[in-house]
Amino acid sequence: MLKKWLVQPDFIVERDPEKCIQCQVCVRQCANDVHEYDEDEECVFSDGSNCVGCHRCATLCPTGAIQIKNAPLEFRANSSWTPGLLRDAYKQAESSGVLLSGMGNPQPYPIYWDHMLLNASQVTNPSIDPLREPMELLTYLGRKPDSVASDGASGSASLATKIEPQLELQIPVMFSAMSYGSISLHASIALARAAKETGTFGNTGEGGLHKDIAPYGGNMIVQVASGRFGVDVDYLNAGAAVEIKIGQGAKPGIGGHLPGEKVDAAISATRMIPAGTDALSPAPHHDIYSIEDLRQLIYALKEATRYAKPISVKIAAVHNVAAIASGIVRAGADIVAIDGYRGGTGAAPTMIRNNVGIPIEFALAAVDSRLREEGIRNQASIVVAGGFRCSADVVKAIALGADAVYIGTAALVAMGCHVCQKCYTGKCNWGIATQDPYLTKRLNPDVATRRLVNLLKGWAHEVKEMMGGMGINAVESLRGNREHLRGVGLTDRELSVLDIKAAGE
Amino acid sequence: MKRIIAREEYCLGCRLCEIHCLVQHSKSKKLIKVFRSEERRAIVPGVQVEQSGQVSFAIQCRHCDEAPCIEACMTGAMHRDPDTGAVICNQDKCVGCWMCIMVCPVGAIRSGDERHVASKCDLCMGEEVPVCVANCPNEAIICEDDDE
Amino acid sequence: MSKAPYTIIGNSAAAVGAVAGIREVDPDGPITLIAKEPHHTYSRPLISYLLGGKVDESRMPYRPPDFYEKNNVRAMLGVEVTRIDADKRCIETADGTSIEYDRLLIAVGGTPIVPLDVTGTDAEGVFTFTTWDDARHIQRYIETHEVTRTVVIGGGLIGLKSVEALVELGITTTVVELADRILSVTFDQTASDLARRSLEKAGVGVRCGTTVERIRQQGGKVSGVVLRDGTELACSMVIFAVGVVPNTRIVNGEAIETDRGILVDDCQRTSVDGIYAAGDVAQAADMLSGQKRPIPIFPNAYRQGLVAGNHMAGGNRRYEGGLAMNAVDICGLKTISVGVTVADDDGYEALTSLDEDTAVYKKIVLKGDRIVGAIFVGQIDRAGIITGLIKNAVSVSGFKDLLLTEHFGLISLPSEYRKHVVSGTGIEI
Repeated sequence: MLKKWLVQPDFIVERDPEKCIQCQVCVRQCANDVHEYDEDEECVFSDGSNCVGCHRCATLCPTGAIQIKNAPLEFRANSSWTPGLLRDAYKQAESSGVLLSGMGNPQPYPIYWDHMLLNASQVTNPSIDPLREPMELLTYLGRKPDSVASDGASGSASLATKIEPQLELQIPVMFSAMSYGSISLHASIALARAAKETGTFGNTGEGGLHKDIAPYGGNMIVQVASGRFGVDVDYLNAGAAVEIKIGQGAKPGIGGHLPGEKVDAAISATRMIPAGTDALSPAPHHDIYSIEDLRQLIYALKEATRYAKPISVKIAAVHNVAAIASGIVRAGADIVAIDGYRGGTGAAPTMIRNNVGIPIEFALAAVDSRLREEGIRNQASIVVAGGFRCSADVVKAIALGADAVYIGTAALVAMGCHVCQKCYTGKCNWGIATQDPYLTKRLNPDVATRRLVNLLKGWAHEVKEMMGGMGINAVESLRGNREHLRGVGLTDRELSVLDIKAAGE
Repeated sequence: MKRIIAREEYCLGCRLCEIHCLVQHSKSKKLIKVFRSEERRAIVPGVQVEQSGQVSFAIQCRHCDEAPCIEACMTGAMHRDPDTGAVICNQDKCVGCWMCIMVCPVGAIRSGDERHVASKCDLCMGEEVPVCVANCPNEAIICEDDDE
Repeated sequence: MSKAPYTIIGNSAAAVGAVAGIREVDPDGPITLIAKEPHHTYSRPLISYLLGGKVDESRMPYRPPDFYEKNNVRAMLGVEVTRIDADKRCIETADGTSIEYDRLLIAVGGTPIVPLDVTGTDAEGVFTFTTWDDARHIQRYIETHEVTRTVVIGGGLIGLKSVEALVELGITTTVVELADRILSVTFDQTASDLARRSLEKAGVGVRCGTTVERIRQQGGKVSGVVLRDGTELACSMVIFAVGVVPNTRIVNGEAIETDRGILVDDCQRTSVDGIYAAGDVAQAADMLSGQKRPIPIFPNAYRQGLVAGNHMAGGNRRYEGGLAMNAVDICGLKTISVGVTVADDDGYEALTSLDEDTAVYKKIVLKGDRIVGAIFVGQIDRAGIITGLIKNAVSVSGFKDLLLTEHFGLISLPSEYRKHVVSGTGIEI
């Protein structure tokens, strides 16, 4: 095998000799063979060429002797040919392949959440203290009726209107679709358990429902993707809701791809495909070529689940997202899930991940406005995904019109992910994006569940603080209330699409 | 009484438990100092990781209710601490006859200490949580209390 | 004096085990303990360490100073029991006192053998080596007579421990062994050779296949020995370490059945109601063969005492049988031997691995698919796992090829067997 000369290391590994005690924990913990113990020299040597920057070694080193730094080879300053683009070109020159990446779009496009600021109460409409007053984060996802009628004598009214099936969330945050296969079983179980413990929902992604996750089905949304992996009537009825995946933010327009290395016996059984084969989901559902076809599928699923579960449709945020969303709602979906271009993935072609789709902020604003204009906003809940990093992003999204937010990357980070973007290699050192049993051991589901629950608890408290600061005590009062947002550093056009005022107005 | 349990399905074989046990039972209790000195070879940690391929687990004294080592000990060095219920080797009384090693069904006692005495887990006397439990990065070693 | 519910004759491992056994069931019932030696319970095996200067007298006690008090034991130390009257249920002491008993435990241990066919044993400087006082006498003799050369008769465990002590004191020593190799009972030829090498490296003379016929004296004191083949060895002290026999003198003529030792059942009961025996004086069943024979090993003695005491107080412990086992450090060479170590007959299979350069030897003796014995020389850590496999009669067919590997451990055992250990509180079958 000829050496690929043009491909140089991305990271250097620095070891402080004063602190290194030659304990070899780093040697044992690196799945990329960066560290090696030399018996003769009685010393650990590190070769950064294979380092992916996951920080596993540095985190576990008992004396903090390891530092991971970006490779110091510096290019002459060039804003057009950045080091990243140069490296990509070198890689392709040596391989002729399609560049692959894991996780979400890392490009320096503006992040519009960071251009929106929240309000707070000052003199009038006083703040509410979440530690002293009850705060309502309870959220229902599903079709809401056009009007509500009651019956019964005055003093003891009951609801006459039949309400469509709803998902009840204790907090307006859910775990995004991450398939078992792209992530390990331990990670999937932790997400399911944390969803149950917190009173929210996780999503199976297109991996099917593993038997160990089935007990948590009451807190899982089961996904029907274009490959229809693992889909049968039991699967549909095992979850609390069914989601038709049309697209995802990281790779709009193309299907899912799970490399054959990651398809072991267990994955094969859950997805109902032969072991070792690539699991390729086609781009379109081959039975959905028009909005009428979608309506047919939505109702087929409703029939199969006896109209007891909300049906969600997930799309990537693309240029005509408002019109598409409107069509989806009219097709009978109870929930519309929109995944912005920052959404994560286990594997996607880098060019598509970085250049296709639109920011979720605009998509959300456009969809919410359009549905309200058409008078059908109540017919479906809007769930948004794609790059939500903190509770402030969640609050802003709700203010812009979202009913709830899906988090993917944030959940993985809570479990230990360091966003090294090498998920597609199957060598995730944190035991998350891998099926290698030696690596999956590292993610203790008890610990991972605890960390996820902690994250949501922390965010829930922060959301309450921010709401309280605005003088609101129920998330319903925040929802779609764009008055609470002001833009900074945005053009008039952007402000108008988002339909928010500029700071100072 | 406290019992330390290892779950082999979560053990990474990283051996941080051994490192911290050694430091805890050293004179200075300072990690870098111990490992750069001869102390690192002079003391034997009470917990040791057994590994075969991808299976590994940490094993230390079980502090058995009927401890064969206490029965076999000819000097009375092996005894049960009345407060914690742990089986402790009084290394000042031990002469290194190795009868305890001969009878321990777990192989939890080791020779090798430069003072020619038996070494084994003492449940980190005086610590709230044994250091192997506190420092396992994947919570493969946990501490359960029998009395609860 | 009121009759105590429990009376123990003896003060070593079995007696202390018995106190523990009684207290498991009966926390208060008074115990009377009568011992010939005047010392607080002490660790017999430590006498060679005492002689060699590795421990001082303060480390001799086997239990803390308040042991008797804490356990409500009336200790009559320095009192010799001369007779047991089973009909009258009382024991007689050397000073003529008669003590009534309710339940009696005989734990008087063994007495050292002095072969009758050796002449000259009346000389000064001839010792046996089983008690604290023996160690003191030997120490005093060495100092007073500036002993520089010694002959130890008997190349078994006691003999070699005394040799080690003498080497510590800088005394030139020769050990004389009747069998063709030292440690003939516990070791096979290979292990014995390694032990011999270790001794010879320390400057000890080893003579096998012969014995001392005559002890020469000068002015009433030992001046040398003459071996069977006529060889003469000069020395100023002789130690007999040929072995111990159960001290059954105390029951001679009584109705208590004896063979080589006092015969007991699995509750440590003798043939006479109310009388128990435990420790080196008793003859209980061997765990492996089922036959009754004395196995004078410290942990066996303690366990027999525990069972006896427990049963005396109304508990239901049973003795599961004795296992021959020894751990001994021979001039720096660590060794452990358990069970059947010489696999001569058919039906036994021996697995061995030997590294001559590092003097590391490992032997596992199998009968069918079960381990019945083992020898460890040089590397002894984790030997107890094998002892456990012997005791629990675990089938090793699934991992036989792992037994001799360097990293043999619990991980080599089937996970069913070890799961209770790793994730629970102990080995359960």
